[in-house]
Amino acid sequence: MKARMLRPKVTVAESKTMPDNGNGIMIAVVMILSRGNTLRHIRLTLSALLAVLTFAAYADEVLVAVAANFTAPMQQIAAEFEKDTGHRAVLSFGATGKFFAQISNGGPFEILLSADDETPARLEKELLAAPHTRFTYAIGKLVLWSAQAGYVDARGEVLKSGRFAHLALANPKTAPYGAAAIEAMKKLGVLENLAPRFVQGENIAQAYQFVASGNAELGFVALSQVYKDGSITSGSAWIVPASLHAPIRQDAVVLATGKNNRAAAALMDYLRTNKARAIIKSYGYEF
Amino acid sequence: MTMDNADLRAVWLTLQLAGAVTVLLLLVGTPIAWWLSRTRSRAKGAVGAVVALPLVLPPTVIGFYLLVAMGPKGPFGQLTEALGLGVLPFTFAGLVVASAIYSLPFMVQPLQNAFETIGERPLEVAATLRASPWDAFWSVAVPLARPGFVSGAILSFAHTVGEFGVVLMIGGNIPDKTRVVSVLIYDHVEALEYMQAHGLAGAMLAFSFIVLLTLYTLNPRAVRNVS
Repeated sequence: MKARMLRPKVTVAESKTMPDNGNGIMIAVVMILSRGNTLRHIRLTLSALLAVLTFAAYADEVLVAVAANFTAPMQQIAAEFEKDTGHRAVLSFGATGKFFAQISNGGPFEILLSADDETPARLEKELLAAPHTRFTYAIGKLVLWSAQAGYVDARGEVLKSGRFAHLALANPKTAPYGAAAIEAMKKLGVLENLAPRFVQGENIAQAYQFVASGNAELGFVALSQVYKDGSITSGSAWIVPASLHAPIRQDAVVLATGKNNRAAAALMDYLRTNKARAIIKSYGYEF
Repeated sequence: MTMDNADLRAVWLTLQLAGAVTVLLLLVGTPIAWWLSRTRSRAKGAVGAVVALPLVLPPTVIGFYLLVAMGPKGPFGQLTEALGLGVLPFTFAGLVVASAIYSLPFMVQPLQNAFETIGERPLEVAATLRASPWDAFWSVAVPLARPGFVSGAILSFAHTVGEFGVVLMIGGNIPDKTRVVSVLIYDHVEALEYMQAHGLAGAMLAFSFIVLLTLYTLNPRAVRNVS
């Protein structure tokens, strides 16, 4: 008997994973009705149905464009978000500049988690974003990183030694971390010497890949890519001091397409919760 | 349509790359195509499949494996380092090798078709006239397979010009070394420089159309065989 009583609950949970809520409800209803014969069962059925409908009313999907550097934390946040609210965040990762081009050409994204603060501001100015939704969800840190232990020293002196063939960075024209790397090298007075050794990734994830595969001895990547819970996960790194480049403010914005999506609003709120912030912080971001 | 100096340099680099790949593929592809057209070996199916792999694999798969294999930790990278050549990613030579692998079927398949069309007979006749196999190959097979060589060369050249994914994965976007036209177009689009993107993209479209038009006019049969 006990097991039976639990069943409708399982059904509710199952309907959660159905891709289409309409179908999910239909299937749940059919499954429950086919079982309920006695009055008791009908009552149970009705309460289960109510639960399904309530759930359906709240469960929405939101399509999120996520700057590549924020990939790992966002995956974790999206999983928690789904658990806590029932809404689903569908994530797409890439370079902020590319997302801008796609959004201005009718891309379907409803939220942009940008790698900078200029792109969201520009989207808002061009009426492609919902007004007054912008906020800084994280401040990124730039790091000089090598996959080899002991290669990058604690003060970044390796940049002056010039004993490497390739230095990876994200395309400074389109990726804020790439631009920050250029700014830092300029301030250190090593830009001109090092420029011939640049290998550019299309975004920060590719810059990381060049270094991780050993093809570039070192490179400028986002701290979030090589940092977890207080320490560098592998290789050696120098966290570039904030004084060497303008802060990498990463802003989130609801796009015009997501203006009326409850899940979009819920995700924006969720990013400000302590739980989300703890995850963001664990990857080395600040606020 | 605007093209600045950087655009022209990328165009020149792309033409150099496509030229080098075509020459390399003529050298490597011809013996492979010849072997495939003549062999009765059981390995024929496997070799043919390997040659055709780039037709179906996404460039990202090829690019990713090449990046790993040609890197300092990869087997091919360790070989080139041992030979004193250094590692190949981010170099022009690396792009040539990668593009040659990527365009291999576009050279081998038209050639193989052309060799198969010749049949045994002309070569047997050459043999009865005391031509060595080497001699028969050069004075009988190659002239008869000329349409295959033309198609293979044009297709390999054009396919290399149009390549993007592999170069993006292993190139590193270095001016005059690995920043080819397709990557630069992508850059322009990402940086919202749509005017410059239009200049290059338009030129690319015109170029590709002219190449295919030439091919379809000169040699419609060979094209059908490839696709």
